[in-house]
Amino acid sequence: MTQDVTALQLVLSGDPALFAIVRLSLYVSLSAVALAALIGIPLGAWIALTKFPGRQGVIVLLNALMGLPPVVVGLAVYLMLSRSGPLGAFGLLFTPGAMIVAQTVLVTPIIAALARQTIEDLWIEYRDELSAMNLGPLGRVAALIWDARFSLVTALLAGFGRAAAEVGAIIIVGGNIEGFTRTMTTAIALETSKGDLPLAVGLGLVLIAIVIAVNALAWTARRAGERLAG
Amino acid sequence: MNMLTRRLIIAATASFVLVGQAVAQEKSIVVASTTSTQDSGLFGHLLPMFKAKTGIDVKVVAQGTGQALDTARRGDADVVFVHAKPAEEKFVAEGFGVKRHPVMYNDFVLIGPKSDPAGIKGSNDIVAALGTIKAKSADFISRGDKSGTHQAELNLWKVAGVDIAKDRGPWYKEIGQGMGAALNTASASNAYVLADRGTWLSFKNRGDLVIAVEGDKRLFNQYGVMLVNPEKHPSVKKDLGQQFIDWLVSSEGQRAIADYRINGEQLFYPNASDSGA
Repeated sequence: MTQDVTALQLVLSGDPALFAIVRLSLYVSLSAVALAALIGIPLGAWIALTKFPGRQGVIVLLNALMGLPPVVVGLAVYLMLSRSGPLGAFGLLFTPGAMIVAQTVLVTPIIAALARQTIEDLWIEYRDELSAMNLGPLGRVAALIWDARFSLVTALLAGFGRAAAEVGAIIIVGGNIEGFTRTMTTAIALETSKGDLPLAVGLGLVLIAIVIAVNALAWTARRAGERLAG
Repeated sequence: MNMLTRRLIIAATASFVLVGQAVAQEKSIVVASTTSTQDSGLFGHLLPMFKAKTGIDVKVVAQGTGQALDTARRGDADVVFVHAKPAEEKFVAEGFGVKRHPVMYNDFVLIGPKSDPAGIKGSNDIVAALGTIKAKSADFISRGDKSGTHQAELNLWKVAGVDIAKDRGPWYKEIGQGMGAALNTASASNAYVLADRGTWLSFKNRGDLVIAVEGDKRLFNQYGVMLVNPEKHPSVKKDLGQQFIDWLVSSEGQRAIADYRINGEQLFYPNASDSGA
């Protein structure tokens, strides 16, 4: 980004570098949320419906993992993906792929824990009806996830909020490379370190606006879906 | 987990790997460098010229010198471009770097508040100035991150006869962050701080900070560049990395470095031809 500009000027002038950064931020965080949903929702549902030894411990652990420190996740993923690490051969470090992996690790426990709670509540409410339907365990999981789909949107949004806001993990595994792995949050960190606080604050406001827009979109979609479903 | 979910996860994993490989096939190299070269805007000036000439994308990961060398030791960069000669020579001696090439220099400056609580402003004796800061317990911000600037600072305390590990008090604050963060902290707390001139010139949040001490020969700051040894890490892009190094030390690259200015002031002085640098 050029010097001596404000974030407002960047937005108004349609600065291509700013839009590339916004696009990458959304791509990374939304991909991470999608992957985390694929893992977290079935996992949460399974824990909600299954009795196994140590289940209480697993639930406490899952809830605790919602607070995973991003910088620790970043470091762990860094060590895995580094050329000297076990997955080094893939050459993923300092790429958007590495950032998605790190954010998926961060977001999965959030979605899994919230899905577990939501689905367990539904299960307690509808246990008798579902048992009567003779669905088998997988059918029951699918029926409950389907019934909980509108509430699960909140779990996804919580995950997205976490992913879009964090800087600790992606700055380590992405490297904050200009035009390649620089996102909104890492750009804000960089402008702060250059002492360009007005631009940093401006970028922060742009980020907040984007997060609000994504939430508004999800809310609208949820309302429309509920109306269709009656 | 049902079959569909499992397939989706496999597909997603596979697509990461493909993304990774597609990126690897592009003509690009990763350069581990310092915050000073990035924050000062030097790379923003040099890289478009290099790309226009060779088509090679240079991806800069800006870290402190110590961290940049560690990144290279792990094989996560193709080239290192840093400023701490003893640490660089050690890196090459350990076999992680092929050869060290001097590229350019600038100098460190001691930054302090306008009010100058230690009374050292205008001096060109950095060693005496540090001694006075210590004697008067004036607030001092240290990078504390093993960067080139931090290593230079520790060395200057030693020359000043101060054993900073032992003699430090509450006036000496190690923040463990980059140059910009250290300047921000000094600006907010009216403290002294050692900075490289490039970052200082491009730094915007100065507040009441001014240059307190400059022009001492001991404030010299040499930058060097090295190819990461492909024998240690076969993934290193030897030819592309070497092209970048060759360009930096060529007359064209050296002229480009000399041409970089902020408000008419030159930030870096090329000296690739000085083999002793």
